[in-house]
This record gives sequence, C-alpha cells and structure tokens, in this order.
Amino acid sequence: MKFDHHARRKLFSHAIAVVTGLCVIAVLYPLFSIIYTAVIKGGAVLFQAGFLTDVPPNACSIVACKTVGIGPDIEGTFILVGLAACIAIPVGVLAAIFATEYRTRGFGRAISFTADVLTGAPSIIMGAFIFGYFVLYDPTIVYSAITGALALSAIMIPIITRTAEEALRTVPEATREAALALGISKWKATLRITLITALPGVATGALLAVMRAAGEAAPLLFTALGSNLPFQGFNQPTAALPLLIYNFALSPYSNQEKVAWGATLFLLVAILIANVATRYMIHRLSRRYAGM
Amino acid sequence: MEGTKLKVDRLTAYYGDNPAIREISLDFPERRVTAIIGPSGCGKSTFIRCLNRMHETGAHTRVEGKVLLDGEDIYDDDPVRVRRRIGMVFQRPNPFVTMSIYDNVSVALRFNGRHPREYVDQVVIRSLQQAALWDEVSDRVDAPATSLSGGQQQRLCIARALAAGPEVLLMDEPCSALDPLATSKIEELIGQLKQDYTVVIVTHNMQQAARVADFTAFIYLGGLVEFGPTEQLFERPKERLTEQYITGRFG
Repeated sequence: MKFDHHARRKLFSHAIAVVTGLCVIAVLYPLFSIIYTAVIKGGAVLFQAGFLTDVPPNACSIVACKTVGIGPDIEGTFILVGLAACIAIPVGVLAAIFATEYRTRGFGRAISFTADVLTGAPSIIMGAFIFGYFVLYDPTIVYSAITGALALSAIMIPIITRTAEEALRTVPEATREAALALGISKWKATLRITLITALPGVATGALLAVMRAAGEAAPLLFTALGSNLPFQGFNQPTAALPLLIYNFALSPYSNQEKVAWGATLFLLVAILIANVATRYMIHRLSRRYAGM
Repeated sequence: MEGTKLKVDRLTAYYGDNPAIREISLDFPERRVTAIIGPSGCGKSTFIRCLNRMHETGAHTRVEGKVLLDGEDIYDDDPVRVRRRIGMVFQRPNPFVTMSIYDNVSVALRFNGRHPREYVDQVVIRSLQQAALWDEVSDRVDAPATSLSGGQQQRLCIARALAAGPEVLLMDEPCSALDPLATSKIEELIGQLKQDYTVVIVTHNMQQAARVADFTAFIYLGGLVEFGPTEQLFERPKERLTEQYITGRFG
C-alpha cells in the first residue's frame, strides 16, 4: 500500500516534467522553425546582387525578370516607421509623463486604462480608422506614407505610453524631491532628471513599439497600400516589407515567392540586430547609472 | 542676541483634513544651528518640509500660517524661488544616479541659469570643500555619484544643496541612514556650516542635538512644547513633558 503511493507520486512527478517539457518545445519550435525556413528559403535570395536595392519583380513565369529586389520596401519601411516613431515617441512619452508626474488622480488612471485597451486592439482596426478618417476629410492622401505612418503610430503610442509609465514609476520619489528642493522648476526636473533616470525603460518600450510597427502589414493594407516603385513622396502610396511579404507570399509566381522569402529573412535579421544592439546600449546605460 | 533669519508664525500643516502640526511659532536665529527633536511621528519632518514649501508637493496637503524669511512670507513668493534660498538635505542620500559627482553638485547652477564654465568649476570645488568631500573626490569628480559610499553620498547631497547658493539649510535627519563614522563627519561639518548658513536640523537622536545645535525645539504630537538654547533645554527644561522626553521616559 505504502509502496503503491510512492510509485504513483513518482509517476505523476515524471508526467508533469514531461508535459512541461513538451510545452517548452511547443513554445520554441515555431521560432526556430520560422528562422530555419527563412534561412533555407531566403538565404540565397538575400545575398543576390542588387536584392537590397532593386525594385520588386513583376509577375512573370519564365524569363527576362532580371530586376529582383526589395529596395523600395526597405526604404518605405524605414520612412513609415521613422515617421511613425517621430509622432508616437513624443506623444506616448508625454502622455506617460502626464499620467505619472501630474497625477490628477482619476485622469491619470484613465490614460493608463485607455492605453491598455488600445494595446490589445487589433491592428487592422487602426488602419481602418485612419482610412475612414481620410476618406471623409482628405481623400487625396488616403493611400500615402502619411496615413501609413499615422496608422503605425496609433499602434505604437499605447505601447510606448504604458512602458514609459512603468519606467517613470520606478524612479524613486526621493529623486523628484531632490530636484524640486534645489529650486529646479517642475518641468525641468521632470524632463531632465526624472525622465533621464527612467530612460533605459522608456527606450526599451520605444524599441518594442518600433519593432512591432516594422512588422505590421494589417494597418498598412489600406493606408500605405504598397508600391513597386521607390519612394515617390509623402502623399503617395509607399512600399513596405510586410506588405511585400503579404502580397508575394500569395503570388503563384515562383520569382515573387522567392523575393517574399528573402524579404522575410531580411526583416527577421534586421529586427534581431536592432533588438540586440539596443539592448546592449540600454544595458550599458543602466550599468553606468548604477555606478559600475 | 543675533537677528532672526526665519520666523515661523502659527504654522499648521494638513494631510487631507488631519493637521500633522498645529499652530507652531518659532524663530530661527541667523547663522546658528537649531535642532528639532521629538518622538517618531510627532510632525518634525512635516514641520521642516513646510519651511521650504516641500510639504505642498505631496497630494492633498495644505499649510496655514506664515513663514517669514528676512521678514517676507515665503508663502507669498514663488515656491521655486523660495527653494533656491532655502536648501534641503534629506534622510537618505538621494544623489542623481544618472549624473557624475561634478554634475550632481553643479546641477542647480546648470539648470537654473547660464554661467561661465570657470564660475561653475569654482562653485563646485568650493561646495565640495564646504561639504568636506573635496579631498576624497578631487581626482575623480567625473565618476558616477553612485560610486561613492553612503556617507560620501550624503556629503555630496550637502555640497549639491550648498552649490545652489542658499541662505538657510534644512536637514531632515541627515544621519539616519549612516554609520557612526559618517555621522560624526556630518556633525563636524554642521558645526562649520553655521559660519555661513542658518541651519535647521531634524533629529530623533537627542545626543546629536546636544552635540551640534545652539538652539533646540521639542515637538510633541504636532505641537511645540519647548524652545530654547540647547544647554538650557537639556539641563534645565521648563516643561515637565520635555524633561520626561529627554530623560527617556517616553518616545
């Protein structure tokens, strides 16, 4: 009887270990599978001459499609995400500052709550919202870099606000008091001391938002629209890597499909590099703050 | 007798609807050290924070009464200007962690106006000397402030407050987070600071008050019980409550 109990307990313990182990595999498998497939299918394409600069290929089944590249899409993604970051980072950070530093209690909480809800909102809604707004008020630029950047910034702002709020809250009250007690005005104390102290956290949030936006196709479907041409102006349809992947992945033509794989690998690698580089910089910054 | 630098007239400070201190009137003599003593929670910290308008930075706080600096009510002035004239050192060292030693000391000068580099250098050196820290950091003023020990950080905070050019220095239990050696350094320093500044120090340590202060005020349950020259207050207290407190019968 006693032995039986012991055996059952051991068996159960092993079973749990196996199940959790399987779950780890389920978590890791998609990531490595994606990277593996992208490298196998896109590796050769990525290093083809001109792939990073040429325009994308037209649909063609056999010959004469020499120009194969994702130049406009790399350029377009940088422009869209850069413009979106220029809007979203100041707006998101200032909203977070208002919520934490000028706590008019109920209103500050309302900002956090709204940002939380928006962070979870489907990204295509953001695109639809911007699309609808411009259809009504300025139809000439519905499909443009401007609307694309606005849709991306709508995704970025709540992410930046929430993470910046958390970062600002970790700054000790004593730091704010020290600044005020020196006769430093509230806005200087906030921007030049509190915000700088919270910078590693704020920068991490901004980076997360930028990387999320760089990979989004849905909000750009009916805003930036996509294009096979290099950048034509802020009021013109603009190419973007996720849009190219979306369009070409569905293409029946093998040359376009190849380009989609190359673009996928490029996007993965670019985001990975940006991620590691920024984390390293933030790590250095945090260590410096800690006096190490 | 010397002139009065800071005159407190029937000061009452609230958190919400609850007064933490009630109707305190007190004169702080110029270029002297005045200690505020009393048991925990008696309102000492609240009181000193009213003297440079830091109390009102908290939520739901309110102050009644007057605090006259050279005869003019600081509550009629701009709080930012008041805090430039009345500096403060806190319980725990709170250097700016993102800044070097030099940047910490020069922060008020750099943020509150424009000054030539040579002038800022001079003030930084003088302030560090006044805070008895210069000899220990003269070769590494660009090192992070967080690389200093706790006692050094507190002296850095004193230097930072002095560099802002105050006339009055408020110290809210400046040694409570420090070891005995660092404490004795700060106490020695306070004795020198009164040559140039009017010093108000809150302390829960009666021996410390006896060692550093020219005058001492005893606060209990938010009210002022007794105020007088330190020697007199400790040796011949007028109030029974004071006598009971300093002989350790409560608190």
